[in-house]
Amino acid sequence: MPVKRVDKTPMPVREPGQRAHDFEEVNAGYCFAHAMFEAERCLRCQDPVCVDGCPVRVPIAEFMHAVAANDLPKAAEILRHANPLAAICGRVCPQESQCEMNCHMTKRFGPVAIGHLERYVSDWEMAQPETDEVKEPWREEKIAIIGSGPSGLVCAGELARLGYHVTVYEALHAPGGVLRYGIPEFRLPNKILDWEIKQLERMGVEFVNNVIIGKTVTMDQLFKEYGFAAVFIGTGAGLPKFMGIPGESLNGVYSANEFLTRINLMQAFEFPRSETPLKVGKRVAVIGSGNTAMDAVRSALRLGAEHAMVVYRRSEKEMTARIEEYEHAIEEGVEMHWLTNPVEVLGEDGWVTGLKCVKMELGEPDESGRARPIPIEGSEFVFPVDNVVLSIGTRPNPLLVKSTPGLKTHSWGGLLVDERQVETSVKRVYAGGDAVTGAATVILAAGAGKRAAEAIHHDIQTEAA
Amino acid sequence: MVQIIEKRQLTPITSLYRVDAPLIAKAARAGQFVIVRVREGGERIPLTITEYDRETGLLTIVVQEVGATTRRLGELGVGDHILDMVGPLGEAPEIPSGGHIVGVGGGFGSAALLCLMKELRERGEKTTVIIGAREKSLLILADELAEVTDNLEICTDDGSAGFKGFVTERLQQMIDGSPPGYPDFVISIGPMPMMRAVEKTTAAARVPCTASLDPLMVDGTGMCGGCRVTVGGEVKFACVDGPFFDAHTVDFDEAVARSKMYVKEEQKAADCQRSAHEEEAA
Ligand SMILES: Cc1cc2nc3c(=O)[nH]c(=O)nc-3n(C[C@H](O)[C@H](O)[C@H](O)COP(=O)(O)OP(=O)(O)OC[C@H]3O[C@@H](n4cnc5c(N)ncnc54)[C@H](O)[C@@H]3O)c2cc1C
Ligand SMILES: Cc1cc2nc3c(=O)[nH]c(=O)nc-3n(C[C@H](O)[C@H](O)[C@H](O)COP(=O)(O)OP(=O)(O)OC[C@H]3O[C@@H](n4cnc5c(N)ncnc54)[C@H](O)[C@@H]3O)c2cc1C
Ligand code: SF4
Ligand code: SF4
Ligand code: FES
Repeated sequence: MPVKRVDKTPMPVREPGQRAHDFEEVNAGYCFAHAMFEAERCLRCQDPVCVDGCPVRVPIAEFMHAVAANDLPKAAEILRHANPLAAICGRVCPQESQCEMNCHMTKRFGPVAIGHLERYVSDWEMAQPETDEVKEPWREEKIAIIGSGPSGLVCAGELARLGYHVTVYEALHAPGGVLRYGIPEFRLPNKILDWEIKQLERMGVEFVNNVIIGKTVTMDQLFKEYGFAAVFIGTGAGLPKFMGIPGESLNGVYSANEFLTRINLMQAFEFPRSETPLKVGKRVAVIGSGNTAMDAVRSALRLGAEHAMVVYRRSEKEMTARIEEYEHAIEEGVEMHWLTNPVEVLGEDGWVTGLKCVKMELGEPDESGRARPIPIEGSEFVFPVDNVVLSIGTRPNPLLVKSTPGLKTHSWGGLLVDERQVETSVKRVYAGGDAVTGAATVILAAGAGKRAAEAIHHDIQTEAA
Repeated sequence: MVQIIEKRQLTPITSLYRVDAPLIAKAARAGQFVIVRVREGGERIPLTITEYDRETGLLTIVVQEVGATTRRLGELGVGDHILDMVGPLGEAPEIPSGGHIVGVGGGFGSAALLCLMKELRERGEKTTVIIGAREKSLLILADELAEVTDNLEICTDDGSAGFKGFVTERLQQMIDGSPPGYPDFVISIGPMPMMRAVEKTTAAARVPCTASLDPLMVDGTGMCGGCRVTVGGEVKFACVDGPFFDAHTVDFDEAVARSKMYVKEEQKAADCQRSAHEEEAA
């Protein structure tokens, strides 16, 4: 087969001037010709370093081969077997630091567009006619999943496939975790998440929303009253951090979680037709540089901000967002202020009027190995702003831990797990995703869910034997 | 979905609902709350648990119609469903034993006191309840409260029932020695200005006081930080750390300012709802 030694096929996108004003998806997706062409760029390497970069080890060369041969059903099957959330990961994985980073094509022509092709194949799969067939669990054991983020969804799917009765409990009124309340529709349309959840329902997984384990029902009840044989905790790391600088309680200051939840979960962009309001002024400063910060600042633009800016104390090099989101943000007109550290939110009559910052310079590397930012004396200045959105990190929610005796955590709140990286300090209670690692990625959470499902199956079967 | 089993109109704008929510009723403690969403696209709003019955699985809430969501709730009747209800949320307050415990309630706060007073009675505490309203017809749940407290003190601004004056004036009299006597601990639940006044009154006399704060909320699980309040110089999330806080350390100025964040938008939502209704009617 002729291998195409040419540059990576660019993803078709909607024009920045148009897309920056609505919540429709930015990326339009490959067409058939793009996909066939791109799949043929893959060298089918003997040492597929791309696979080493993928946390769930998608067999990328085989997948590419199936796409290039226009055998999409096979490609979809390969993908789904390795990664049950492919339609989502194709869109949101930081490919540039995972599978695509080491691709042998990267240096000269740019990597094979692994993510874009995963998306293409998954979108094709979603467009196929569905049967209404629902699978019934065939084993006796019931498993409870706490939290419906990617770790919980994948764990549920794997266990259902193995024949278990699976019930997913979610605290909010809709399932999906960060995929629902955090990542905006212009990156990950809700209909994709809905489709994934429907597939799980068709596999017999039961979803119960509006139940907080630790509040509505305790862990103890799950075992003793409900008779679950095992429990998986995928409660994420959803607790927002604040900076502790003066003025953070002024009106107009939001955590990124609140800002994005009002938009994504509560649909504030349709206010007043939907009834949850959000105050977005003409000038919005978002503090931080991760995916969450980019999502917040681009959402602010879409809600009418004329100046939407990112303020970050380190430099562009230390930014943690996906490169695609960063580039899209710049195209859409987001202003980036690097080496700038907020020291105070200024206000009048209870409302935000400005963000006082100090300029930074980079010094020696710190514990994280990144250059330590040091304030430049006398460099204070003020951005006039109407909103400040804090996106400086999150930590695991202590709700469940507080009400579950024996469930041990690290001092920063992450759940302690065994050497298999799945079982907690409580027998038959497993955990994965951000609740264990702290804020990380969708695919790491998905991988943890899969690993936990395998361990649960193994432990239950060895005990039964 | 949660079904409404019973509804009672308490005042022209306040209704009591008994709903079928067995999981919440089983886990509830006095002082906790639920978050409800009435319809698709609707807001999530917090409401205090007024009563729970672990046997029947029924949960009682009392709702005062003040804006779009509470009015929509007001339109629902027996047999109708509330789209979503999650809880119980927040922590039950710690109320020291022994001594004379006085609950002060205004607005829907009287309903919130009912559950607490019942629990205190079961604990064998000596209690008094002071409830207030502008006039007699706006008082709620007086009979029910009378059954669970040793003394029920009613205050109305116009004197149409009980003491003529504010709840804080009556509280001050008790602090000054008038029967039923000096309060050793005060629980304050009601509109922010009332809680603030109760705080001032008790602070002057050095009476410990807990207040149930009602900031704006979204998720109720500690995820958004929208409900943050400053207490003793520290930022707390009312939905998980509260809603009860030592009133003497609460930054009420900030809490009041934050509660006004969406005044304009709330008006817009109410107008939008009204015009939708008019269209339907036409
Ligand atoms: C705005 C934003 C953008 C992001 N963008 C990207 C990206 O582009 N690429 C990427 O790879 N990663 C991204 N991430 C990170 C990624 O979304 C997370 O790492 C991932 O979602 C973690 O999954 P999880 O399964 O651990 O839990 P979560 O997705 O956090 O879900 C946890 C769920 O559990 C529920 N829950 C919590 N406690 C309880 C309880 N006691 N009872 C019942 N339910 C409970 C919560 O309500 C929540 O729905 C982003 C994160 C954010 C916030
Ligand atoms: C922990 C907690 C417990 C509560 N318990 C009850 C209860 O048992 N019964 C009850 O009727 N209400 C209770 N509330 C208040 C209730 O949540 C609000 O009245 C409701 O959110 C208003 O929604 P709305 O859309 O109808 O009105 P909106 O349009 O949102 O608001 C209309 C008006 O009400 C005011 N308002 C909005 N939110 C609040 C609030 N949280 N507290 C006080 N005033 C507010 C606004 O400033 C505005 O003037 C409680 C609030 C909290 C935080
Ligand atoms: S799952 Fe993510 S990391 Fe793995 S191959 Fe797909 S896009 Fe790459
Ligand atoms: S490293 Fe790149 S070219 Fe080689 S198999 Fe993987 S995707 Fe294909
Ligand atoms: S309501 Fe969101 S943290 Fe309290």
